[in-house]
Amino acid sequence: MRPDAALSARLVVERAGFRLDAGLEADPGEVVALLGPNGAGKSTALRALAGLVPLSSGHVTVEGTDLTTTPTEHRPIGMVFQDYLLFGHMSALDNVAFGPRCQGVGRARARALAADLLDRFGLSDQARLRPRELSGGQAQRVALARALAARPRLLLLDEPLAALDAHTRVAVRSRLRGDLADFDGATVLVTHDPLDAMVLADRVTVIENGAVVQQGRPADIARRPRTAYVARLVGLNLYRGVASGTRVEVRVADGGPVEVTIAERRYGDVFVAFAPRAVALYRERPGGSPRNAWPARIDGVERFGDQVRVHLDGDLPLSADVTPAALAELGLGVGDRIWAGVKAMEIAAYQA
Amino acid sequence: MTGTGPTSGPPRRGRPAARRRFPWLLAVPAALGFAFLILPFLGLLARTPWSTLGTRLLMPEVRDALLLSLGTATVTTAIALVLGVPLAWLLARTEFPGRGIVRALVTVPLVIPPVVGGVALLLALGRNGVVGRPLYEWTGYSLPFTTAAVVVAQLFVAMPFLVISVEGALRGADRRYEEAAATLGASRATIFRRVTLPMVGPGVLAGAVLCWSRALGEFGATIMFAGNFPGRTQTMPLAVYLAMQQSPEGAVVLSLVLLVVSLAILIGLRDRWVGTP
Repeated sequence: MRPDAALSARLVVERAGFRLDAGLEADPGEVVALLGPNGAGKSTALRALAGLVPLSSGHVTVEGTDLTTTPTEHRPIGMVFQDYLLFGHMSALDNVAFGPRCQGVGRARARALAADLLDRFGLSDQARLRPRELSGGQAQRVALARALAARPRLLLLDEPLAALDAHTRVAVRSRLRGDLADFDGATVLVTHDPLDAMVLADRVTVIENGAVVQQGRPADIARRPRTAYVARLVGLNLYRGVASGTRVEVRVADGGPVEVTIAERRYGDVFVAFAPRAVALYRERPGGSPRNAWPARIDGVERFGDQVRVHLDGDLPLSADVTPAALAELGLGVGDRIWAGVKAMEIAAYQA
Repeated sequence: MTGTGPTSGPPRRGRPAARRRFPWLLAVPAALGFAFLILPFLGLLARTPWSTLGTRLLMPEVRDALLLSLGTATVTTAIALVLGVPLAWLLARTEFPGRGIVRALVTVPLVIPPVVGGVALLLALGRNGVVGRPLYEWTGYSLPFTTAAVVVAQLFVAMPFLVISVEGALRGADRRYEEAAATLGASRATIFRRVTLPMVGPGVLAGAVLCWSRALGEFGATIMFAGNFPGRTQTMPLAVYLAMQQSPEGAVVLSLVLLVVSLAILIGLRDRWVGTP
């Protein structure tokens, strides 16, 4: 545990058929994203930080103060819930003033504080409105203002963009990024959307089945996934194997080992990863520059942006992105047998 | 938000619903049922002595009974709120051994005949009752046949309506709003006052109205436990009963007053009562 950490926690929550055991650390001003599939335990972790779920064991320390047994209302936290949970019988202003009021600030001063905050958030026109009169994006920002008005030292965001439609989400995401940059305490953000994590977070912690499977800077996570889930999120083909020099023996679930050639020497257990767009498709076995070529069968084809994603089945199941023109030129369809080639230079190999 | 109503869906096959045949088979029993419900009121209005209505209303017995009824029903509702809301909160929000039994016992006054309730109250709080006797021996105070006894009888019969209504509202309220308040630093008391209570407000109001109307109409338990003393324990329903035996016209006037008061409450609170919170 670093003494200067804004947040240091080990969260163990045991329930029938589920166990969460996750360590979390954050520096002052740092945004940590908890990324994971539904049911992985991310929301439970966030609720445990807030004290809404009791810890079976572990600890929560915020800026050196042990909060493990502190009840929720005495924790210096601010929380933005997935559907915001703005109080429907209060105006936006009174929602934001609620936190300061609970801390004993007088009514007039609390309202002035709230008005100030809403003003900074560009919401002064909405201050008098009831939550149901706000748009999704406005409600999200009022919820954030409400959480920040209590001057928290730890900000918790539970899927803050999930309730928004795709169009609003882009704008709200970029504003949220700016707001979070102004906050000097630690922020923990729960999301299942890798884009949220990449854009908003300084650090990403991936949780699967209640355990942390990967931690790192977003760019590292995106470049070097360590589980099939993360690889799928960031859109990479990922395999695990044993390297000796530039040769990696990849073990695939069914079937024997497949040989993958990499550019730099590695030894021992490694992950190999490459992007679908690094894959080239051939009707005949290619010779020359691509040093990896595997026979495969086309399992499915789908449109993917301006590319076509081709799902290949074979010794090494993989995804390939090609242009529609290339696909047409090759005259390929589902069920065709082809060759998939990847240059060794395009393959990242890193220690498992 | 743009809602997609049933009209914007794909067109259904067959004829539109509006042009379907009117269900005459249901209309006959429905009309009979409706007629049965309003016929007594028509009878009441038909027999009302409109010419002497004004003078009869100003008679002291009528005024006393009406004031007593309104006063006791209001005091009963206030006490029911103070005792019943916490009871409903415990039933809805906490786990304690025997909670199911407690809830069942709370509903007992709803189903037993009020007269039986009056007898039970006498046996418990009467001068020779389980609690009443020691109370009388120590303090010399005897509860039955006083105005306080009217309130006690009404409370026994009417409070369960409030408890059940508020408990339902508390169960229906989204508890995550309370969690949100807790993360903002609100104590349990503040959460209850500023978040929970406003959320369950319509349910509390509905419960209070039910409780008040039930208290206003209370007859059986009142006449058993509080007796029928004009000015002290003779509420409107008791006055109606007594008047019916002496001068039916007086009973009609009293009934009309009760009907008007009840309708006024129903109409005044209709939107909030019938509408969902």
